[in-house]
Amino acid sequence: MLTDTLIEIKELSFSYGNRAILKGINLTVPRGKVVAIMGGSGCGKTTLLRLIGGSVTPSSGHVMLAGQAVHKLNRNDLFLMRRKISMLFQFGALFTDLSVFENVAFQIREHTNFPESIIRDLVLMKLHAVGLRGAHNLMPAELSGGMARRVALARSIALDPMLVMYDEPFTGLDPISLSVIGNLIRRLTDALGMTSILVTHDVQESLKIADYIYFISEGVIAAHGTPAEVRSSISPFVHQFVHGEENGPVPFHYPSGTYAGDLSLGNNFV
Amino acid sequence: MQRTMMDLWVGLFVMAGIGALLMLALKIGNLGTYSTAQSYTLVGNFENIGGLKIRAPVKSAGVVVGRVLDIQFSVETFDAVVTMQLDNRYKFPKDTFASILTAGLLGEQYVGLAAGGDEAPLKNGDKIMKTNSAIVLEDIIGQFLFNKASENSTSKSGGKE
Amino acid sequence: MSKPIIINIQDIGHRVIESIFRLGRASRFFLLLLLKSGMSLRRFDLVIRELYFTGVLSLIIILISGLFVGMVLGLQGYETLQKYGAESAIGALVALSLVRELGPVVAALLFASRAGSAITAEIGLMKTTEQLEAMGMMAVDPIARVVAPRFWAGVISMPFLAAIFSAVGVFGGYLVAVVLVGVDDGSFWSQMQSMVDFRYDIVNGIIKSCIFGVAVTAVAVFEGYDAVPTAQGVSGATTRTVVTSSLVILGLDFILTSFMFRGVS
Repeated sequence: MLTDTLIEIKELSFSYGNRAILKGINLTVPRGKVVAIMGGSGCGKTTLLRLIGGSVTPSSGHVMLAGQAVHKLNRNDLFLMRRKISMLFQFGALFTDLSVFENVAFQIREHTNFPESIIRDLVLMKLHAVGLRGAHNLMPAELSGGMARRVALARSIALDPMLVMYDEPFTGLDPISLSVIGNLIRRLTDALGMTSILVTHDVQESLKIADYIYFISEGVIAAHGTPAEVRSSISPFVHQFVHGEENGPVPFHYPSGTYAGDLSLGNNFV
Repeated sequence: MQRTMMDLWVGLFVMAGIGALLMLALKIGNLGTYSTAQSYTLVGNFENIGGLKIRAPVKSAGVVVGRVLDIQFSVETFDAVVTMQLDNRYKFPKDTFASILTAGLLGEQYVGLAAGGDEAPLKNGDKIMKTNSAIVLEDIIGQFLFNKASENSTSKSGGKE
Repeated sequence: MSKPIIINIQDIGHRVIESIFRLGRASRFFLLLLLKSGMSLRRFDLVIRELYFTGVLSLIIILISGLFVGMVLGLQGYETLQKYGAESAIGALVALSLVRELGPVVAALLFASRAGSAITAEIGLMKTTEQLEAMGMMAVDPIARVVAPRFWAGVISMPFLAAIFSAVGVFGGYLVAVVLVGVDDGSFWSQMQSMVDFRYDIVNGIIKSCIFGVAVTAVAVFEGYDAVPTAQGVSGATTRTVVTSSLVILGLDFILTSFMFRGVS
């Protein structure tokens, strides 16, 4: 089956000052699929999402989103594009001064002139989809971590985006909430015909729900494949990552001088 | 529900603010008494205005009837031209006498108006012809010392003779 | 020996450069804020909501402080004025001190510590919890949606708060001077009315409080928006809001006073 490409990333590099975060990433995201991007903490996964969303500009290379180079859009076009995509932040980033209902309604109110009755129906539908229709009167502070994440999910699909990006959606959740969120991502992607990019380091959950997986290490794509290919991969990096081993291509120690040198051994014995 | 309570409070707040502004304006600032619509101006030339300042009160029989609007120095007559803004309710005869007085020994200086007996009133922009300068303390003291000195010298010289 | 000195000099230089950068960022931010204020004026319900948090919730502290400041002025002023037999001028003293200086300045200082710090903490926390970035990703400009309504609410509430402070202060002075000490009621008000001029004293006082309102809220929203997105960063930004805006208020007050009240009375 031929699937058309929603996102195409070519030779994408990005650095903060002198520190290179991404060093030439190539990846494609087909329409209607769940693509997981995995890698160790601090390897630039979140930066990649920011580059796709256009909140930072790449040092070289480009992100093509639905045929447009994101970093070349002017402000108005960028904001028009962002209406069609959305992002689920690591801890939900719910607006703490608004109720659950108003959080989900936020984008609808900002971008449309729908009458109140339609907004109400839309919001309750989205909340129903994540199983929290009964919680629409609560404030974000009254929600558990898993519920907050689900509300954030409802908020991110409020305007039926073509692309949803999830930044570490599983962090800090108990196993039940975690698989609830995972299943919701899969179900909503299929039901709404949207595309999902999942940035995570939760291996088992993403193997379960993703269609395709990319591994980022040291600023480049270290490996990629379908879940089945990843499970059976013989690449030492993928093996270390999937099985969570301490030693392998990803070193335990931060680059440093020799241990003996740092402890000033030798000097003392002179 | 919560929304309307918030609106109510904000409404009360704005009302309190406007109320406070009105109180400042009317009760404390006494606005309206001397606004330009209800007042007329008079001019007076004084040889010496002493410490008179802009906004000093203009009083007649101890009642504030207006304020000093402007003080200029005239290069034609080499004296001070004082423009006064007076309340429309108070009309003064043509031969009114204006003098610069001091409230108490060290108090602020003001313009005192003493009404004359003329039938015709002063109109907007008219000039007060009869003025009396400020009493400058240094002059009085100087005069006093000078008198004393001359007294002494005459008595001394008288004693010698 | 000389190494720490060199480090100190480097440190000072670094701080100077950093503060110039900050000033540049702040100016750019302020300009953006003004450019993007259109939305908050079109959707005034957003400003009304913030008026509640900045204005209404500051009322209690303004009322109580105003009353006490007025009462202290009445007491101290009486003590001094009666030595010269001029206790009837107490009304003028209280009203002039409040309307010209204490009303705008003390109300602005209280406003900075009550509402300014709250604005900074709120915006800083929204930044820390990625709410601002989330809003940006939803194609809603956080400066227009979050910052501008708070800014305008602060600018609007400040003159009202200062006026309320002065009015309550005059009432406090009246309580002490007339009710407690027994200065004549009529001379209290008449001296006040003959000394206080609407245009020079009251309008200038209101202009002062408007300018303080702009300064305090601009500092508060900038510190919040520019905060380092950590718990420490937000607490530091909150402290800086109170310190910076207090200093700005006092500095501006000197400049404004020297412009406004020079040469008259």
